[in-house]
Amino acid sequence: MIEDRKRPPLTDDGLDDSVLERHLSQTWSASPGFWGALATVDHKVIARRYIVTAFVFLILGGLLAVAMRIQLAWPEARFLDPDRYNQIFTTHGSTMMFLFAVPVMEAMAIYLVPLMVGTRNIAFPRLNAFSYWIILIGGLLLWISFALDAAPDVGWFAYVPLSGPEYGPGKRADIWAQMITFTELSALAVAVEIVVTVFKQRAPGMSLDRIPLLVWSMLVMAFIVIMAMPAIMFASSTLILDRLVETQFYNPAEGGDALLWQHVFWFFGHPEVYIIFLPAAGMVSTIVATFSRRPIFGYLPLVMAFIATGILAFGLWVHHMFVVGLPRLGESFFTASSMAIAVPAGIQIFCWLATLWLGRPVFTTPLLFVIGFIVTFVIGGLTGVMVASVPFDAQVHDTYFVVAHFHYVLVGGAVFPLLGAIYYWFPKMTGRMMSETLGRWAFGLIFLGFNLTFFPMHILGLQGMPRRVYTYQPELPWAGLNLFISLSALVLVSGFVIFFIDALRSWRSGKPAGPDPWSAGTLEWATASPPPAYNFRRIPVVEAREPLWSRSEGLAVTKGLQVDRRELIVSSVVEALPEARESSPRDSIWPFWAAIATSLMLIGSIFTPWAVVWGSIPIAVTLIGWFWPKGTVEDTS
Amino acid sequence: MKCNSILLLLAFLISGCSGAQSVLNANGHAAIALKELILAIVLVCSAVWFLVMIALVSALARRRIRESDAISERKATVVVSGAVGATVLVVSGLTIASFHTTRALSEAEDPELTIVVRAQQWWWQFTYVDPRSTETFVTANELHIPIGKDVRLRLESGDVIHSFWVPSLAGKQDLIPGRENILTLRAERPGVYRGQCAEFCGLQHSHMALFVIAEGVADYERWAEGQRRMSVDPSEAEAVAGKAVFMARQCAACHTIRGTGASGTTGPDLTHIGSRRTIAAGLLENTRGSLAAWIADPQKLKPGNNMPLVPLTSDELRQLAAYMEVLK
Amino acid sequence: MKERVVLDVSKLPMHDMGIASPAWWGTCAFMLIEGSGFALAIAIYFYLFSLAPKWPIDAPSPDLFAGTVLTALLLASIVPNILVSRWAKARALAKVRIGLIVMSLLAAAPLALRIFEFPAMHVSWDENAYGSIVWTLLGLHTTHIITDLIDTLVLTCLMFSRHGDNTRRYGDVEDNALYWNFVIVAWLPLYVCIYWVPRL
Repeated sequence: MIEDRKRPPLTDDGLDDSVLERHLSQTWSASPGFWGALATVDHKVIARRYIVTAFVFLILGGLLAVAMRIQLAWPEARFLDPDRYNQIFTTHGSTMMFLFAVPVMEAMAIYLVPLMVGTRNIAFPRLNAFSYWIILIGGLLLWISFALDAAPDVGWFAYVPLSGPEYGPGKRADIWAQMITFTELSALAVAVEIVVTVFKQRAPGMSLDRIPLLVWSMLVMAFIVIMAMPAIMFASSTLILDRLVETQFYNPAEGGDALLWQHVFWFFGHPEVYIIFLPAAGMVSTIVATFSRRPIFGYLPLVMAFIATGILAFGLWVHHMFVVGLPRLGESFFTASSMAIAVPAGIQIFCWLATLWLGRPVFTTPLLFVIGFIVTFVIGGLTGVMVASVPFDAQVHDTYFVVAHFHYVLVGGAVFPLLGAIYYWFPKMTGRMMSETLGRWAFGLIFLGFNLTFFPMHILGLQGMPRRVYTYQPELPWAGLNLFISLSALVLVSGFVIFFIDALRSWRSGKPAGPDPWSAGTLEWATASPPPAYNFRRIPVVEAREPLWSRSEGLAVTKGLQVDRRELIVSSVVEALPEARESSPRDSIWPFWAAIATSLMLIGSIFTPWAVVWGSIPIAVTLIGWFWPKGTVEDTS
Repeated sequence: MKCNSILLLLAFLISGCSGAQSVLNANGHAAIALKELILAIVLVCSAVWFLVMIALVSALARRRIRESDAISERKATVVVSGAVGATVLVVSGLTIASFHTTRALSEAEDPELTIVVRAQQWWWQFTYVDPRSTETFVTANELHIPIGKDVRLRLESGDVIHSFWVPSLAGKQDLIPGRENILTLRAERPGVYRGQCAEFCGLQHSHMALFVIAEGVADYERWAEGQRRMSVDPSEAEAVAGKAVFMARQCAACHTIRGTGASGTTGPDLTHIGSRRTIAAGLLENTRGSLAAWIADPQKLKPGNNMPLVPLTSDELRQLAAYMEVLK
Repeated sequence: MKERVVLDVSKLPMHDMGIASPAWWGTCAFMLIEGSGFALAIAIYFYLFSLAPKWPIDAPSPDLFAGTVLTALLLASIVPNILVSRWAKARALAKVRIGLIVMSLLAAAPLALRIFEFPAMHVSWDENAYGSIVWTLLGLHTTHIITDLIDTLVLTCLMFSRHGDNTRRYGDVEDNALYWNFVIVAWLPLYVCIYWVPRL
């Protein structure tokens, strides 16, 4: 142990609350100014950036959807030419999946997990800062290429050989592949942080059976990311290799295979759905419990259902490939496994319904979104059961039926809970309430607009309208429904406009929220809104599953943490027994430079393989700068 | 509003639906079996959805009776367990039903006819394979089949992945470079069935349609006989001139007209183009006017397709269209 | 909100190694990610193998020499690696310094052998899918060796600096040793795939 400091360490023991807060604030706050903002590693600041960025991408992706709906409103429309249309649907899908849905869910985890487990910052906070810069640059790469009319045009799934060297000229497919690398890199980094935060930084006493359901769902999500994302990294890298240095992975003439791409892509792509859905399930569990005014019914079955979903997620990918001509026996196995995932999904729905039934529901906006979620997600789940059947899928695969299905799952199943979650946690994040009136309008219009827009697509699909067509001929019987859908989309858009107006207005001038406006049970409500840089004045000690509902004489807390260095409690994995007072890294500009160096390498490798070689040098330099100890008090042990 | 949508869907189901390219307008052996399965599954799932909605409404709206929490919890546990059990039963039932349909649709043992379908950006080539090679013939975008007979399609791709889908006759099947897939069609009723590529295949994915003409065996044989013949030699002056234009310009480099010197293989075989209903993979009705418009500037009507603009005078254009029209 | 103090944590260590260290868990998580990547790459190797009428495609089986020597070298490096890890646990600075120098050399030596492994494949990456996958497997593993080599070199420098004698550094040395073991263990199935599966 090195004890070469002049002053004795200052702990929180016996400090007055206001003095304690002043010391903690000094230790944990980011330095002011531009460089301070670039260097901050506060999980809340980074999560807020992530959330805002993700919603900006939602708006951009939504505008693309509007453009597509204008083009499809009537037959042989000339609003968009086919090249632009293909760029638009590719960019729409890629943006929504990689730049909105996954990052926003991870962002919610980055914000909420440390607060809900009662710690001061996320594990590996510098990696967290790095991950944000990476996804931001990845998103800019895609959208700058879109602005330059050079966006990918091969679909968000980029099937070879259409995306391969022979049929995908130019750099469009390469931009898609590297955008994927950016987003996956960032997602993997966040997944590691979440796993370690949940495993090691839980407040003393938060044993496995006291972990909030949202945190469980985020933990399972993080593991799915860890197991699934390497597949897409491998896919996008081999695609680039095929295009740049002429490897032959996907060339059937030289022993490669076009279906290999689909296997690898969907081995990632199907779990991706659960990467998005499971956090939403965690949000629903939280909101349902709070507004039913009782603990969730079936905590253990729900945790088991999350884990079962996470495992089954890896056994379904072939159901995206039912019409490629695989052996029938294999296909039947995947029908069975795809149907089987309905069971954990059912368990979740039934437990939420039971909680509502047992409780005394309070119909706030978050709960309205959850009710909307149940209505629509059950439809999406049931159409999922339909497309899991090989013969059923043979007819509806790649039609608008599937477009309807996955929008019911992703919008109904994930965006509705997310919007509910924003209404629910907005007071915590900003210290201000969102408007209940506008919230109800937003919910009503979004719910109505969504169903009017997407339900008819089931019918279009059965009427034979394929996906990804930029237009259709007047003699086909699809024009009426398409016009109806396009008009309904305006209702949906108006709902989102109200949501964004409400969010912006409330951020500036909403009603002050106070620490716990919903009388909720989990730890994030035990601190101020918005929480201070150090999250909790004293680290809580958890004695029940809903610590705020069962407290007898105030919140149980710890003492003895040092306040003159960034310090938090590391606890054991199963029982959360405290093991060490671990330090948490200070702000650093190096993650930013490392992200810049990594981006230069990745973008350079779109053009020349040598970028990987030369680009590695600045990455190594910045990483050394990042990890080299600076002799701060955090480095003592 | 949801109810309206469901009623709308039911209305479509009951009416059997109109339109030549619809899952619900089933006229093929496979499509009929699939339609039955689809209706059954949709009905079961709709029932499940209504049950869940009833549970949701009652959970939200029920009168809260004073009852000890322990009793309520116990009740809820029983109901939830029952619902999970029912879920298992329903998905097992649907799985078995779909196995059953899959088995019933297994490949035809001894097809009457084998046709090689070769998809390319953005049209369909059909080769009617005959053991006597002189009897083999090639056509494009229009498939004639005899009703009541199993027809085996050997699906190949010339470039990227496409998907062959004629919903009124059968489910879809992909055409994948480097692989060969088989799809069996059996039309039960005569008719003209539209189909279209279902896998995104690039710029003109939207305009890659085909028509299947299912007809009586005699009609089919008559048609096939006509297709086997060499192209007609035009007699009318305009068409004769058109043939000369065809041979003199780039046309012959990409297209075959059997019985002439034109033997290109990049584009569709035009030997009997005049007998087809549409041109440019279902894009336009086959008339002299549309032929002329198409040839005048293929990039305007179907941007990005592989047929280049060949500069022609208006006379040449007219002559060429006239020639195409006589190639019955 | 009212608070009541129920637990005093002031006696806890200011850092602990092994499973009490978040860094150790982070290393494990990254090994899980990379392990998934290796497993997937091997699965793809067998997938391409199953499609090919003849394996290797248009090439003789790879020469065994360089790869086998490299495998032996990697396996031999386990012994000093475990020793370094033990010394780090015992916070024996002098031994750790020597051990890290040895480990730096032992991480650099495989790179020299690796140069001879690529030509031993008798196929170029762009000839066919077989060439592509074996080059990718080798390349993927090489990046891991290089990463660990750089990590070891930086750690070696650190241990000679004023920051060296610190529980955190010893923890880093342990984690680095753990990672090197992973690099070795990950190589074994790759070695079997690359060199012995074509001889089946």
